[in-house]
Amino acid sequence: MYNLLNNLIGNEYVAAVIAAALPLFVFILPFALAAVLLERKVSAFMQDRLGPNRTGYRGLLQTVADILKLIQKEDITATDADKKLFNLAPVLVFAGCYAAFAAIPFSGAYIGADIDLGMFFIVAISSLVVAGILMGGWASNNKYSLIGAMRSAAQMISYEIPTALVILSLVLVTGTLSLHQISEQQTAYFWNWNILGGAGLGFSKLLLIPFMIVGFIIIYISSLAEVNRTPFDIPEAESELVAGFHTEYSGMKFAMFFLAEYANMFAVSSVVAALFFGGYQSPFGYLGNTLGISWLVPLEQFFWFTAKGMFFVLVQMWLRWTLPRLRVDQLMTVCWKYLIPYAFVNLIIVGLITLL
Amino acid sequence: MALKTEEMVLNMGPQHPSTHGVLRLEVELDGELVLDVKPHIGYLHRCFEKHAEAMNYNQIVPYTDRMDYLAAMYNSFGYALAVERLLGIQVPERVEYIRVIMGELQRIASHLVAVGTYGVDIGAFTPFLFGFRDRESILTLFEMTCGARMLYNYNWVGGVSHDLHPDFVPMTREFLKYFKGSLVEFNNLLSYNKIFIERTANVGVLPLDTAVNYGVTGPNLRASGLKWDLRKNDPYSVYDRFDFEIPVGSGEKGTTGDCWDRYYVRIREMEESVKIIEQALDQLPDGDVHSAIPKRIKPVVGSIYSRVENPKGELGYFIISDGTVNPYRMKVRGPSFVNLTVMGELCKGHLVADVIAILGSIDIVLGEVDR
Amino acid sequence: MKTREEIFNILKQEFPEDVLELLNQPTEPIIVASPGAIHNICFYLRDTEGLQFDSLMVLSGVDDANGEKQTEEDGSVTINGGTLSVYYHLESLSLTQKVTLKVSTPRDNPEVESVESVWKSANWHEREAYDMFGIKFLHHPDLRRILMPYDWDAGYPLRKDYKNPEFYQGMKVPY
Repeated sequence: MYNLLNNLIGNEYVAAVIAAALPLFVFILPFALAAVLLERKVSAFMQDRLGPNRTGYRGLLQTVADILKLIQKEDITATDADKKLFNLAPVLVFAGCYAAFAAIPFSGAYIGADIDLGMFFIVAISSLVVAGILMGGWASNNKYSLIGAMRSAAQMISYEIPTALVILSLVLVTGTLSLHQISEQQTAYFWNWNILGGAGLGFSKLLLIPFMIVGFIIIYISSLAEVNRTPFDIPEAESELVAGFHTEYSGMKFAMFFLAEYANMFAVSSVVAALFFGGYQSPFGYLGNTLGISWLVPLEQFFWFTAKGMFFVLVQMWLRWTLPRLRVDQLMTVCWKYLIPYAFVNLIIVGLITLL
Repeated sequence: MALKTEEMVLNMGPQHPSTHGVLRLEVELDGELVLDVKPHIGYLHRCFEKHAEAMNYNQIVPYTDRMDYLAAMYNSFGYALAVERLLGIQVPERVEYIRVIMGELQRIASHLVAVGTYGVDIGAFTPFLFGFRDRESILTLFEMTCGARMLYNYNWVGGVSHDLHPDFVPMTREFLKYFKGSLVEFNNLLSYNKIFIERTANVGVLPLDTAVNYGVTGPNLRASGLKWDLRKNDPYSVYDRFDFEIPVGSGEKGTTGDCWDRYYVRIREMEESVKIIEQALDQLPDGDVHSAIPKRIKPVVGSIYSRVENPKGELGYFIISDGTVNPYRMKVRGPSFVNLTVMGELCKGHLVADVIAILGSIDIVLGEVDR
Repeated sequence: MKTREEIFNILKQEFPEDVLELLNQPTEPIIVASPGAIHNICFYLRDTEGLQFDSLMVLSGVDDANGEKQTEEDGSVTINGGTLSVYYHLESLSLTQKVTLKVSTPRDNPEVESVESVWKSANWHEREAYDMFGIKFLHHPDLRRILMPYDWDAGYPLRKDYKNPEFYQGMKVPY
């Protein structure tokens, strides 16, 4: 993408800025707008309500109105807050989420940065969010925020371990860390997806299937925990900690946390989709290939990628409006006593199978 | 060398999403571990008892509605009963049945809010709205009868303000039929949810002797294993004519008297209330609901303590009459007020999240705690 | 199950000096006791076989307003002397029997022994009686105001001669 723009414009700085800003304006902002509305509509549907239906046609403009409202709000900083850290925290959180999108392959033709260590980059850069949350919680000088931030740090760091272990086992199968290549390997039809043992035929593919499913479940659970969604929304548990680490934030800074949360939801969903469900690959072949229209293929890929990502986002919402919240010690139990051992065993078995 | 640590004092409330009103909890924390909880109340104090001394007996009825505003019907029921006992008058059969029907509908409505908000406290939002959806049908029935949805001023001394609407009986039957299915759905969504059980079972265990010593009553006492319900043990009105069970906690998912038991006793009480209403609707006699309303209420000199089984527990009115039209002294024994006393005892040694779980399971209404 | 007369007789035998009389009113008979020994009577009532009053239903303070009434120039009333009373409604859950006790204490220096050590539920009830009537419960572990603000210094609201203050913490009270 960057190369294309560089050739088109001829100035590498301008090209870099455009390439970096493109996903933000083309994708993340509209997605966050849509996802917030979707969340409210989904929850309304599940709870036998109507949901927002006053602003615009059937409430379609509700989030736009909300954002406009948030922009106009006074930006309040508590007197005793550590101002520098307090202002830096939302930026850091948002940057962490946003940077992860760089390595996510939206389609064969558009990846922000096609780096070989894509998956590694995403795991690493997501950790920036923890720093941001800790910073915000500490700087707010509020006890609820502090407890929320502490919980958040413990939770996110713990749940990165099972995530990393599952990714490792997948790397053993695919032999690469680049999401682009992982997606490319799962081409053509859905039986080539990693959840069904990946591309290729043979006995080892059949053997891999159950362990891939286990791996998928582990990584999906821990990704829920990493984005602080129910049943793991302990850092912002509103019935205990008011709003957790962002209790003291208002206006646009609050909106940045909010935006980051929704962007993060999509980021983890799309990573899961890319690792296990073929990424941007269509499950049934491409219309563009059949018709011979080559430019249609990337668009179709983009559609499939978004559809898969949205599907997992929807599952996250479904879980959120169904399940209660775990307690902080139970959350750690789930991670350290169940997910991590299972992920380790899974890693060993997958390794043995790939040796076969 | 050990690091120097210190306890943190966390002020929960008066503005907090899950203190169910304006309760302030002074929580002493060691990390996430609770060392002590001190409730501070009085933020909603409206001088009910002082007001009552300056009003005549009929004027007090609307004030009783405002104490436990989630069970207003039952508060005025208890008050009317107390004054009738003081006066020594007998109300018509139809009035008794209407009061029981309204009271039990109110019990269902109150418990729906209790279990629904308990879901929110644990982190599940959907059961809350399911509860409110069903409560809405009950409020419609009330609205049809007396025109109000929350504070009814319905149970007057000696009678009720309005007779039942002609559609009331069929609509109530329809609601009860629907509600039985709705309870099953509610159970599947929340009561038997694994995470919910993990969060509530074995948490905040209230042993029976502690419960009795602290004066805990209502579902909280029954959850600790004692079959004690004033509707059976000290029958008033026409409750002795109905066939119903008293659900008690049995430690099905954990220890007897834990949060899950307190929650589940409420669910099962709703089932029992449905039974009572069905029987009452079958037996409902005809009659005039206004015939026994006294023109002027002027009790003899004396005092009375009269109590009823409110959805939250034992609601008692202690009235001293000096022979004038105003009560000389009126003291309300609010179940929430007494049940809240045990809060500090239950929370010791639990985590912050459990404080919320325990508070929610006690089910208090601050309007009654502070009066 | 024992009637109140029987309970009164038992108590009279056990505490001949501290149990004073049985007020027979049609609605509920009341046993009058002396404030200095009420906790001993309550312990006896709770722990004796056949009585077993394991639950305190309610504890209420009452202003008897039987002192000398003085009408001020502005129409307000001040009461001097007389008594304040505390009513105890007890119940035995196991034997389903009830009894009502009453103690009276001089208005000028109202002091009653606390029964908090007998029933924990008395804790907040006694705090409320202190808050509303100024009755001091001796040996109460935590006798503070409960419903009124902790810094309320304008007297005890449920006393019959209570006057609304003009100002509270510099804020004008009548509105």
